Amino acid sequence: MTANSVFANVSASAIVLFARLVTAVRAIWDGVEPVPSKRVYFANHTSNGDFVLIWAVLPPSIRRRTRPVAASDYWLTSKLKTFIGRDVFNAVLIDRNPESREDDPIAQMADALDGGSSLILFPEGTRNIGDDPLLPFKTGLYHLASQRPDVDLVPVWIENLNRVMPKGEILPIPLICTVRFGEALRLEAGEVKDAFLKRSHAALIALKDSGDAA
Amino acid sequence: MSAPFEFIILLGGVLCVLILASFVASTLKKRVGPNDTDPVIENLVARINAWWAMVALLAIAMLFGRAGAVILFWLLSFAAMREFLTLTAKSRADHYALATAFFVVLPVQYYLVWIGWYGLYSIFIPVYAFLFLPIISALRGETENFLTRVSETQWGLMICVFAASHVPALLTLNIPGYEGKSILLIAFLVVVVQGSDVLQYVFGKLFGRHKIAPVLSPSKTWEGFLGGVLSASVLGALLWWMTPFAFWQAFLVSLLVAVMGFFGGLVMSAIKRDKGVKDWGHLIAGHGGFIDRLDSVVFSAPIFFHVVRYFWSTT
Repeated sequence: MTANSVFANVSASAIVLFARLVTAVRAIWDGVEPVPSKRVYFANHTSNGDFVLIWAVLPPSIRRRTRPVAASDYWLTSKLKTFIGRDVFNAVLIDRNPESREDDPIAQMADALDGGSSLILFPEGTRNIGDDPLLPFKTGLYHLASQRPDVDLVPVWIENLNRVMPKGEILPIPLICTVRFGEALRLEAGEVKDAFLKRSHAALIALKDSGDAA
Repeated sequence: MSAPFEFIILLGGVLCVLILASFVASTLKKRVGPNDTDPVIENLVARINAWWAMVALLAIAMLFGRAGAVILFWLLSFAAMREFLTLTAKSRADHYALATAFFVVLPVQYYLVWIGWYGLYSIFIPVYAFLFLPIISALRGETENFLTRVSETQWGLMICVFAASHVPALLTLNIPGYEGKSILLIAFLVVVVQGSDVLQYVFGKLFGRHKIAPVLSPSKTWEGFLGGVLSASVLGALLWWMTPFAFWQAFLVSLLVAVMGFFGGLVMSAIKRDKGVKDWGHLIAGHGGFIDRLDSVVFSAPIFFHVVRYFWSTT
């Protein structure tokens, strides 16, 4: 273990501890159990802290094998961000710009899955700052599901983090957040892209609604 | 680090009660059988276990005197306000106002208690936070639900910070003949108010028939209220030796804080109903959130503080 990786581990623990202090985050396993099987967690995206919260509520043994999928055009723009994105979170860094990219993002994600990791994916593709609870999904989730159809896709609804730290704010406000994990789904045989994206989008909305009703 | 002798006796008594409670709970659990579970008994066990932790935490804090009490209640205020503001109306325009509430108003209030500046800590939130936080929100120019947003934030500060800070503020009182013992006032208040909550629960479970406020809180009954409040007042009277009060005064003061505690629970239940939640949080197993446990204390603490200050204190 290098000094850099020790420092990365300590930083990861510090970030998780800080997230817990601010949000007292609680996991609700509402359809799946926290077991170490290979999964793609797909979640709503309102804040840069989103994957920190998912990470914080995963049991440590699972956490270490769960990698967020993040945009390299954001996370590789400064030394600090690069350290956090690459070393601390061990993110699968993809380039969102089709013109400039050299690697195929879907292949990168599939490689990470084949390497034994689970993934955290934000299928909206960007942070949602509008009034709509969930933006339409980009096609990445579908393409990944069609290349690796045997991997469970677990919907994850993150509640309240957009209020803790809205886009553009630096100081987080302490508010209680929940992370709700729903029933896993997979691409069905013969299911076309639009139908699948609609179905997975609806699964995430249903998860949000079940939390609002509880 | 020093605790008056009376504190040790009281702590011994509380520990005896906890041991007895744990014994009764495990007996009840055995009677249900190892394979069956009864949600009421499961909850009882969780509650008692949480009480062990809470008593330990309070005792440790009090051994450290004013610093311990101020830091403990600062943290409790933080946790309570985090629960409260999770449920209140707010918009992005309130970000700085809420950050100010958490990172300026909260520490300043406890600092003022720490230095014992009665003239300022007793008006800091009702006057200064009350006037300045809406200014911060207004500067962002978002008018939708403005009055609701600023009112609910102010309410959270009053309950979770202002009222709660009156518990450690008891240590700033100067009572002739009671020097160095004011930590016992906190112990007395907490034991009577929390004792009243527990006794209301016990009387309610054993004899509860007639509901007081079925819409607000289905678990509150007349039998629980009268039995709990009166027995807690007797308990308080029997603790007169650790207070500056005579026996009958200790009874009346205990009656006052137990009744205030009861109404605190009622008011906070009304807010929970309004916001559509059953508990304020989830961090204290068996009890719910911090506010679920503190509601009675925050309602009784300022009244207890002012009664003691008016009749017994020289400051």
